[in-house]
Amino acid sequence: MVNAIAGGKNAAEAEWIESYVIPKFVEAQKAKGVEVDVKFEPQGVDDEDYKTKIALDLSSKKGADVLGIDGIWTGEFAQAGYIKPLNQVAKDADSWDGWEQMTDAVQQALSFDGERYGVPQGSDGRVIYYNKTLFEKAGLPTDWQPTSWDEILEAGRALKKVDGVTPIQLNAGTAMGEATSMQGYLPMLMGTNQKLWADGKWYGDTQGMRDVLGLYKTIYIDEGLGDPILQQEASGRDTSFAEFAAGKIGILFEGDYFWRSVINPAEGVGTAPMADRDTVVGYAKIPAMKPGSGINGQDFVSMSGGTGRVLNPNSKNPDLAWELLAFMNSPEAFEARAAGTLSISPRKDVNDKLLASDKMLTFVNTEVLPITAYRPGLAEYPEVSAKLQQATLDVVSGTSPEDAAKSFADALPSIVGGEDNIAQG
Amino acid sequence: MSTSTAPASGTRRSRRRAEDVAGLGTKRALVFVTPALLVIALFLLFPALWTIYLGMTNFRLTGLAAANTEFVGLDNYAQALGDKSFWNSLWLTVIFVGFSGVLGQTLLGFTLAWSTRRIVGWARTLLESVVLAAWVIPGSVHAFLWIALLDRRGGTLNALLGTDGKAWLIEHPMTIIVIFNIWVGTAFSMQLFSSALSAVPPSQMESARMAGASGWEQLRDVVLPNIRGHVLTNTLMITLWTFNTFTPYLLTAGGPNGKTEILSVYIYKTAIPGGQLGFGAALSMIMLLINLGIALLYMRIGRSKK
Repeated sequence: MVNAIAGGKNAAEAEWIESYVIPKFVEAQKAKGVEVDVKFEPQGVDDEDYKTKIALDLSSKKGADVLGIDGIWTGEFAQAGYIKPLNQVAKDADSWDGWEQMTDAVQQALSFDGERYGVPQGSDGRVIYYNKTLFEKAGLPTDWQPTSWDEILEAGRALKKVDGVTPIQLNAGTAMGEATSMQGYLPMLMGTNQKLWADGKWYGDTQGMRDVLGLYKTIYIDEGLGDPILQQEASGRDTSFAEFAAGKIGILFEGDYFWRSVINPAEGVGTAPMADRDTVVGYAKIPAMKPGSGINGQDFVSMSGGTGRVLNPNSKNPDLAWELLAFMNSPEAFEARAAGTLSISPRKDVNDKLLASDKMLTFVNTEVLPITAYRPGLAEYPEVSAKLQQATLDVVSGTSPEDAAKSFADALPSIVGGEDNIAQG
Repeated sequence: MSTSTAPASGTRRSRRRAEDVAGLGTKRALVFVTPALLVIALFLLFPALWTIYLGMTNFRLTGLAAANTEFVGLDNYAQALGDKSFWNSLWLTVIFVGFSGVLGQTLLGFTLAWSTRRIVGWARTLLESVVLAAWVIPGSVHAFLWIALLDRRGGTLNALLGTDGKAWLIEHPMTIIVIFNIWVGTAFSMQLFSSALSAVPPSQMESARMAGASGWEQLRDVVLPNIRGHVLTNTLMITLWTFNTFTPYLLTAGGPNGKTEILSVYIYKTAIPGGQLGFGAALSMIMLLINLGIALLYMRIGRSKK
């Protein structure tokens, strides 16, 4: 089961599973004299709902044999005992030749406490998308790479003069869910060289947090460069996609998923396809607050996550399930998958061969992934993230950044297990 | 219900016979009711007990607390009662139930029933069909219709009022879900009151009219005393339904910023997306107790009026 469905969310993946993975796997098994019957359970729901669904499946010892998950869930699922290290579920997992193609950093995405729990499916990075047509109208360069937050705001001010355009879409609020943290708050925080978590400690009310919340205030409250109502609508994220595709949003912060899936013009792939994507949509690295002010002294920053697939420990045929999982991660399978939509695969051999055909993904692979950052893979992260989303919502609906940061800091101890786990100062 | 006077020993035998109307005897009667009792135990009693138990643990959807669930006694209840957002959602629920259920549905339902009481024949059938349509359509369809009506971009209401770009669900979330719920539930009150009104003895109405009572006086002195029981039943059912309804979630998802996070939505958000299943179970128990309280209150009012 994966969160993908034909004609809907992640349609290309659903299509690949139905028309490549299942028939080819059945065929390959038949050649070995094994009759298998593979069923695909498509889902097309919000990521949070999908997570609840598989957590409930796993807690009641049910569910599909192979499950697609977000890498950030690995820790909490492992701690709950819902998933087990791969080599405990399937005896051949450690000897798989595919591991040699994946760097340790990539494997980390689906690992917890030094054990592999699943096979990474790929990585991604956050960038700035902008609409070149609107940039032209606003008298801005169509070959744009801002080097500070101020330059983003300047572009926003120029775009504001174009009729019917929302200049900047930086995710905020709880309705956007984790998209607020990944595409909004956290990349900005990385640009202030402030950590969210390090060496066993969480960070509460910091200067970096106040700077980021101040940026939200500038965009949504002080200068009206963003649409604060959109941030609170129940389906705001999908609406923001549609608005960008319709040429009504100038600057949008998103992951490469937006490029390869949402606005992908290939038939039946994107939910908001843009036929002129390749000529109209520009992309740039996210700048730090000021040059050199980012994490590790960087000029540019990003956030990455990774998805992957795990085996259900309750599977009746764990070894067969592993064969299916390994098959799904074979170079041939990745190549077939790329025929629908290309994405950054976890395999070096596949990336070397395929990525050259897509400039955007090459850009992410070579320019963004080397400077990216990851979320702390801890069970308390989702709750901390929810409070970060609330802090941005507070600011967007009128609270001062100082008060919003203070509320966050006040809520933190009860989530992360007391003041001892919070960095002072 | 216990009877108010204890039976004298001499009457006990005849009483017993009177209770055993079917003449089955205890054993055979037990055989008959056992399947029903099993069903009740399995589907009502067990889940209730399980909820009570869960509510006393720190059970979570994922993470360490999912694997090693600990018994925490009444901690969840203490946490809920000390939690601002719990009281906030309870307050929102009171507003929601008060305006949409008790006031809106009852008053509008009665007004509709009263003002259309003389309509008969095909016109009556048509009226009832229209009103009932709102009641029989599934909640998810309601929500879809209302979202289309209220949508910020190209919604029907904005097109009608010329208020393009007005985000009704964001700007007036509580008002919207109150109106929404009145629309959904008024049909029930109207039907119930219609049948109640038809049961008011025509002779009494006739006498009142002959005595020169105004419409309001007829209503106050003849109709209301006759349908008091119906009013009470209607209010009780509507209060409980509105208290427990989850449909507003489909419109606003509890937002914006928790402004429509009524108790049922708050519990859902805590337990399912929030993953705090133990805490959510405790909240459900609190909700159940409030339900019981409401029912007892109405029953007491009903008895005292008799």
